[in-house]
Amino acid sequence: MTTDVVPGLVAVLLVSLATLVIGTWGLRISRTTSDFFVASRTVRPRLNASAIGGEYLSAASFLGVAGLLLTFGAEMLWYPVGWTAGYLVLLVLVAAPLRRSGAYTLPDFAEARLGSRGVRKLCSVLVVGIGWLYLLPQFQGAGVTLRSTIGAPPWAGSLVVAVVVLASVSPGGMRSITFVQAFQYWLKLTALLIPVFVLLAVWLADGAADPTTAAPSSWSVPLASPGGGIGLYTTYSLIVATFLGTMGLPHVVVRFYTNPDGRAARRTTLAVLALLGIFYVLPPVYAALGRIYAPDLVEGRSDVLVLELPNLMVGGAVGAVLTGLVTAGAFAAFLSTSSGLTIAVAGVLSQDVTGRRWGSFRLGGVAAFRVAAAIAVVVPLLMSLPAQDVAVARTVGLAFAVTASTFAPLLMLGIWWRGLTPAGAVAGLLVGGLGSGVAVAWTLATSASSGWTSALLGQPAAWSVPASIVTMVVVSRLTRASVPAHAGRFMVRLHTPEVVELERG
Amino acid sequence: MSDQPPPRVRVTGPPRRRAHSVRSAGTREIDAETALGEVFMRSLLREQLFLALRVLAALAATVGMLPLLFHLIPALDDVRVGQMPLSWLLLGVLTYPWLVLLGWFYIRRSEAHERDFADLVGSVDERDPADPR
Repeated sequence: MTTDVVPGLVAVLLVSLATLVIGTWGLRISRTTSDFFVASRTVRPRLNASAIGGEYLSAASFLGVAGLLLTFGAEMLWYPVGWTAGYLVLLVLVAAPLRRSGAYTLPDFAEARLGSRGVRKLCSVLVVGIGWLYLLPQFQGAGVTLRSTIGAPPWAGSLVVAVVVLASVSPGGMRSITFVQAFQYWLKLTALLIPVFVLLAVWLADGAADPTTAAPSSWSVPLASPGGGIGLYTTYSLIVATFLGTMGLPHVVVRFYTNPDGRAARRTTLAVLALLGIFYVLPPVYAALGRIYAPDLVEGRSDVLVLELPNLMVGGAVGAVLTGLVTAGAFAAFLSTSSGLTIAVAGVLSQDVTGRRWGSFRLGGVAAFRVAAAIAVVVPLLMSLPAQDVAVARTVGLAFAVTASTFAPLLMLGIWWRGLTPAGAVAGLLVGGLGSGVAVAWTLATSASSGWTSALLGQPAAWSVPASIVTMVVVSRLTRASVPAHAGRFMVRLHTPEVVELERG
Repeated sequence: MSDQPPPRVRVTGPPRRRAHSVRSAGTREIDAETALGEVFMRSLLREQLFLALRVLAALAATVGMLPLLFHLIPALDDVRVGQMPLSWLLLGVLTYPWLVLLGWFYIRRSEAHERDFADLVGSVDERDPADPR
């Protein structure tokens, strides 16, 4: 047992160290508040795309997808497909206008577009809520990983991730974290890619057994169980949630403000599509090999498939090195996603809470950001300590359904429709947020059951997204008189290329 | 010593922007929110929105149809390409290059639209032969 823990321990230490070193290096070129929030908007498309990829590929992608595919088969391929296709939807509907809006955060965008403090406050609450919802499974996943690889108590992993994130985010802000996350994308890709070559070689040497013979026939059906009408509904609802949810994720959106201009924002998004496509080809290979070599993991322990498969198939020194590599990748996944979310939540908190005047006392921009970062990390860390058994992919899926029902309609209508009013936006955000939130809270609270009720509540996006859009349109029409006076000028800002010299308000 | 100090001279640089005299009339129409400027903006918005909807329609008609297809034709579940089930090949591998292709097409077209827009508002000139545009 003592030699088993060495590769995992070395991997975790190296990744944490590399993260801190790169973060500190970024500190030397991070000077202003603008550096902190948006890296002064000078990040080039290729570096930015690596950073977005690094930030986006969370524990759910690195560990969760392979595990779900191992157990359930082709129906789970919709998760990686949806998480990638979400960037295509983001590219065609919001990428360039969002960058051209010139706002720092989602609440900034809402306030600039609608000219309303009320909408801004509601958006701030939603960003912080969604950010914490998404941070929680990252911390818990880190606990599971450290317990599986080095036998540490579950809270240890959460604590290590929280401390490293805080240490790398608060000194350098967005500028330094850009380099950290770009590094972590390539680390995660390497950590999955190199073992795949070795494992496939072993599989070929063993006679290339067919994984589907070891699996039930439902393994090759790309529809959610139990099939039929419910299966079709659940599959399409998942597609709606993931295709639209991506554009509303606070840590993804904040990255678009770091592009130099709208054209660069589009090119960044295309590069992200390619990077994610390359990455997501790999987890299915683990799942297929797992069917042959790790049948014990199918029930209950599928989340550790990626971590344990190298040892099960190769063993010895090579197996230990590969295990160290995948552990490093998994830890990078927790760190990068958590850092991105912390930046996003801290950005909102520092503008709306810690940066405000409290009595006669007021923190400066950078100090306010650091205090906000601490709050952004500590709250979900405390929440993650008591409950260590929530499934990572389930909570992450919840976050997608909520963003698809709130920020996605706000962004789509705000960018393409002049007629949106503050009252319409608030009504739509409330309908979508409460609808999807209540549905998923009910699902998490009650034990899994079957039938239409649990399908409709367990995967709410197919009804909550249209409900939110319709509410925004109808209420905006009813309050037509309050269409912001600057809406026309704002459309000019969102949609005209920067080379044309125009008054942008 | 009756030397008078030299009189003060105000030193000014050249204007930093040769702004309004050179700017094309098209951009001023948009800035003043005239009916013509409105037409320019509406046509840009419409073209970009229709382009986005075309790409999304292509996505829906291909990737979006797969669940329905597999639901209606259960025999597809057993189709193999080599050793690989068709569903794994389509969703696990082929979807990704298709998404990149759609994105690449969108970027090419949307940048062309923006170039056309820039040319259009730049070409509505004031019939001033000195205007370099």
